[in-house]
Amino acid sequence: MLFYGPPGTGKTSTILALARQLFGPDNFRNRVLELNASDERGISIVRDKIKNFARQTPRAQAISSDGKEYPCPPYKIIILDEADSMTQDAQGALRRIMETYARITRFCLVCNYVTRIIEPLASRCSKFRFTPLDHSASSYRLAHIASEEKIQINDPVLEALIYTSAGDLRRAITYLQSAHRLSSSTQPPTQITPQDIQEIAGVVPDSVMRDFVMSLGIEMDTDMQVDAVGKPAFDRIRGKVREIIREGYSASQILSQIHDTVVSHPTLNAKQKSNCALIFAEADKALCDGADEELWILEVALRVHKAIG
Amino acid sequence: MSLWVDQYRPRLLEDLHYHHELSVRLRSLASSGDFPHMLFYGPSGAGKKTRITCTLKQLFGPGVDKLKIDQRVFLSPSKRKLEVNIVQSNFHIEITPSEAGNYDRVVIQELLKEIAQTQQVDLNAKQRFKVVIINEADSLSRDAQAALRRTMEKYMSNMRIILCANSTSRLIAPIKSRCLLMRVAAPSAKDMQAVMQYVSKRAGFDLPLDVASKIIDDSSGNLRKAILCLEALKMQSPDLSGALTIAKPDWETYCHKVADLIISEQSPARVMEVRQKFYELLSHCIPPTIILKTVADRVVERVDDAIKPDVMHWAAVYEVRMRIGSKKIYHLEAWVVKVMSLYKHFFYGMDLTGFD
Repeated sequence: MLFYGPPGTGKTSTILALARQLFGPDNFRNRVLELNASDERGISIVRDKIKNFARQTPRAQAISSDGKEYPCPPYKIIILDEADSMTQDAQGALRRIMETYARITRFCLVCNYVTRIIEPLASRCSKFRFTPLDHSASSYRLAHIASEEKIQINDPVLEALIYTSAGDLRRAITYLQSAHRLSSSTQPPTQITPQDIQEIAGVVPDSVMRDFVMSLGIEMDTDMQVDAVGKPAFDRIRGKVREIIREGYSASQILSQIHDTVVSHPTLNAKQKSNCALIFAEADKALCDGADEELWILEVALRVHKAIG
Repeated sequence: MSLWVDQYRPRLLEDLHYHHELSVRLRSLASSGDFPHMLFYGPSGAGKKTRITCTLKQLFGPGVDKLKIDQRVFLSPSKRKLEVNIVQSNFHIEITPSEAGNYDRVVIQELLKEIAQTQQVDLNAKQRFKVVIINEADSLSRDAQAALRRTMEKYMSNMRIILCANSTSRLIAPIKSRCLLMRVAAPSAKDMQAVMQYVSKRAGFDLPLDVASKIIDDSSGNLRKAILCLEALKMQSPDLSGALTIAKPDWETYCHKVADLIISEQSPARVMEVRQKFYELLSHCIPPTIILKTVADRVVERVDDAIKPDVMHWAAVYEVRMRIGSKKIYHLEAWVVKVMSLYKHFFYGMDLTGFD
């Protein structure tokens, strides 16, 4: 099996739950081998540890201790979590092992990017794609957790959680838990607000963003005036960028939020938007390569200004 | 005698001077007993490290001050020996994995597993878990970050990780989603003013307001720099009166000189001159990114508005190439030549339109 999909969509949980249901608590230990990126997973491990485990013929166990019946099929499962961080060589070594011991050992690869799994391995697996959770599923789950933990949350908070986590349920749950810790530890305990969630998620507040975007020459509201008309555009933008960097917001976050603003902007025309998109794409690449944040945010700001003006 | 920066560093969460909301949060988290993994991020000199040590103190009490420095040796897969310095107390351990260069993954794996698999033996300890502080987390390689992922979940019961980074851009999403993000913004001018007044009071002298604001302007939000600067000034003239000039670091004046050279003449001979200066700077271990930024800032101040965006644009482009490439000097020079040609073209264009 090959599970792939974005983080926080329940890939690892699914396979663990499946394994547990198949083997029950007793056999789980000797029938399942879980390896993830924190274990050494070079080619030598594939050759020794995985091969040795794959070789053993499983022992059948009829009665389980808790009295329930489990199907307990006659094979073992090897779970390779985060398989996309395995090297090409290690993956290559897996190929033959997978085939030879297919009768007694099943493999389950879990990864984020299916493209990083080499073709021969992918073709030996049945693929399951995990899509990001949709709105109703995650809101149901969050509401369930909240009621189990006796946390008071209202709809705007749920909205904020789901919006900031973008389909990543684990992230949403972590945010909820952190927000709960923060709010319950103050005296007296306060309600969780959407602003709390935003702060925890590291999202740049809307007001800051609006200010920044306005200084780029994009009109947000007609009733607001761009303040420093007298100053030349360059100095104004540079000042703004400095301010934002000093606040410590992360560049990638700023980038994605400007992107959201520009793409959904009502009055910009298609050409301006696509020019901007080009700029964002370049900047993202640069940031991934480890470029200096201040320079690139400035660069993005200046070019957007030019593309729009 | 230690430096003022260390001497007057706040030790308790209550003593912190600014970001009170953050301090309250940290205190409540530390005392609730339900402490998450954390990621502190913000510009340098904003007080991330101070906040981390204060939080630790809140968590474990005075025991965390008993530090010892260890040198550990790790074996890389190719049997090379890696030496890493570790600062630890009974309750926490602090590592800078970027010391190990390419093999930071090995350090992370070995060390974290070792810590995670041992339980806290001290019965008097306030918390059941140990804390691992990872400095400069944004320079961790992808592999090392991937190695962190599962470890963070698996050993939650006896270990917490505190990451300290300048920016979250270079951290992979799975790590971010497992941590509580704590943004430490640079202090505002008012906050810095307050801290500097406090330091000078503790050191036993009065700080004139105008001197303080001058230092603040110069340090651009970096409190450590500001306090170091204050101490240096105090050494220079004990009464802090008269015309004070804040001594800029040598390399900064040097960079400015380079910028002036670029502006004043554009010719191959000048490029050679600039190259020599760049080599000088690089051989003094000034990071090329900083050189480029300082020079570009200076150049931008002196050229016409119309080509400012272009200068910055090319600075950004060459900065990325510098990161990807291996030899920095090429890219610095390429940028210089680019700026020179831009400048010349600009003047040329101006002249022609003037004649029409």
